[in-house]
Amino acid sequence: MTADSREPALELRGLSKSFGGLRAVHRVTLTVMPGERKAIIGPNGAGKTTLFNLITGILPSTSGQVMLFGRDVTKWPSHRRTALGMARTFQITSLFPKLTVLDNVLLAIQGLRRSKFVMWRFLSSYRELYDKAYGLLERAQFLDRKDTEVRYLSHGEQRQLEIVIGLASEPRILLLDEPAAGLSSGESSDMIRFLAHLDRSLAILLIEHDMDVVFDVTDHISVLHFGEVLEAGPREQIRHSEKVQQIYLGTA
Amino acid sequence: MTGQATKVLAVIVALTAIAVIVPNTNSFVILLTTRALAFSILVMSVDVLLGYTGLPSLGQAAYLGVGAYLTAILATRYQFGLGYDFWLVVVFGILIAAVLAAVFGLLAIRASGVYFLMITLALGQCAWGLAYRWNSLTGGDNGINLRGRPKFGIDLANEVTFFFLVFGFFVVSLLLMYTLVRSPFGRSLTGIRERELRMKILGYNTWLHKYVAFIIAGGFGGLAGVLWAHTAGIVSPENVVLTTSVDALLMAVLGGAGTLVGGVIGALIVFGLREYLSTLVPWWQYVLGSVYVLTILFLPTGLMGIPERIRQRQTLSGKREDVKEIAPVTS
Repeated sequence: MTADSREPALELRGLSKSFGGLRAVHRVTLTVMPGERKAIIGPNGAGKTTLFNLITGILPSTSGQVMLFGRDVTKWPSHRRTALGMARTFQITSLFPKLTVLDNVLLAIQGLRRSKFVMWRFLSSYRELYDKAYGLLERAQFLDRKDTEVRYLSHGEQRQLEIVIGLASEPRILLLDEPAAGLSSGESSDMIRFLAHLDRSLAILLIEHDMDVVFDVTDHISVLHFGEVLEAGPREQIRHSEKVQQIYLGTA
Repeated sequence: MTGQATKVLAVIVALTAIAVIVPNTNSFVILLTTRALAFSILVMSVDVLLGYTGLPSLGQAAYLGVGAYLTAILATRYQFGLGYDFWLVVVFGILIAAVLAAVFGLLAIRASGVYFLMITLALGQCAWGLAYRWNSLTGGDNGINLRGRPKFGIDLANEVTFFFLVFGFFVVSLLLMYTLVRSPFGRSLTGIRERELRMKILGYNTWLHKYVAFIIAGGFGGLAGVLWAHTAGIVSPENVVLTTSVDALLMAVLGGAGTLVGGVIGALIVFGLREYLSTLVPWWQYVLGSVYVLTILFLPTGLMGIPERIRQRQTLSGKREDVKEIAPVTS
């Protein structure tokens, strides 16, 4: 990261969030360059999901800044951040359970289009939108299940669809909140393959407990502990870090 | 998709049947159906909010009321809206209700779930309070009597002519709202109903979507009000009171929320039951109450959900291994 003319996709500057007296996230500074893949790990309650909620604008931050593609979005509502090219998935699957797989994807594609305000024309008349949805579903191998209501999909399928929907808006940075949560080891390696095949120009920030996923998908890791970045560096450094082992194994 | 085509065909057949059969019955049935159809427009607008957007509004009577009072006041004080200018009253009725919804929406759309319900209830009661207390304008408790229906080429004093006018407005409203809920905008409302947070992250300004839907529903409520004023011939605080809002909500639930036509079936049933039963037994309100309770307990998807339930039962007895398809999946 020397004299790089490129702007970071995402830059956090001393980002903090307190709930009353509890410092959930404290002065987190982090940079994700375009195409870079980074992970945030840390024990339960370290503030990982809160950090994601600050980045995506679901929660207001107490202090610090969130820069997205060079713009200060700290005070922006979620939907405007999405419009800049950010997408996220949720730790607890949050799809539209009573809608079909196809409808879920259609809503996701439409999110950044002006046509979402059209009320005098049937959605089904937008051929180009459907073609794009079919394309996405085909690549993710979901086309055969397009008319299934999402609540009838298996947990593993829902986790994958969660990412498909994150990609529908063609983001330049994707935030993944524990994509492998609750997956069996077989499903988990499917997920790793799925993530490894994503477009290399897409920046990824990943929260994960499954270390296989973290080490296979990302090359830079930040360790969050009690809301603070304890250590950050290439994966080999983190893998052999004593501090990290102390936190995870509880030998402190 | 063929299932959808069958449904549309069934609705067309039912509407044709109403248009053919009702004018040939007695004036009691004609008046009753006219009332139910005028009120159905309000019920469908409630359904756009409740069934499609997930906003349980308990104040929709306010929009019916403002449309109805506007019609009555213009007709009795200024003799306005009794000729071709009736069409202007229709436009004004829709606009004034939409404006009221735009004001109320600023307060209500911030909340969701039960809080939304309570705020709309409170705002609805404010409208009722105005109707009840503002004697000089609304005639207070007595309300306003309209002395005749508009006459423009056709004479709306004629029951059958008036029935067809209301029927026409009803069909147009149904078509407009059907298009709305199937449009990209309407589908986003369904997404908001299902999971609003996800919609925000997908790039939707969910507040704006809900606000626009609220205003549109208010506009349709105003239209229902204009028609209601001429149907009933009297506008009183009773049209704006909480019970009217509750009626509209319960009719939508009885027929099946999120179906549009379900609310119409609900309205026809409730209006029918109310009129016939009240002539038969003094305790008719208990019957109506029981119908509501039983529907909510045993048919949460309403009357429109019955075919789906039968289909599920058939697959259940047909293939035992499909049991898990029917059980609610907790995520």
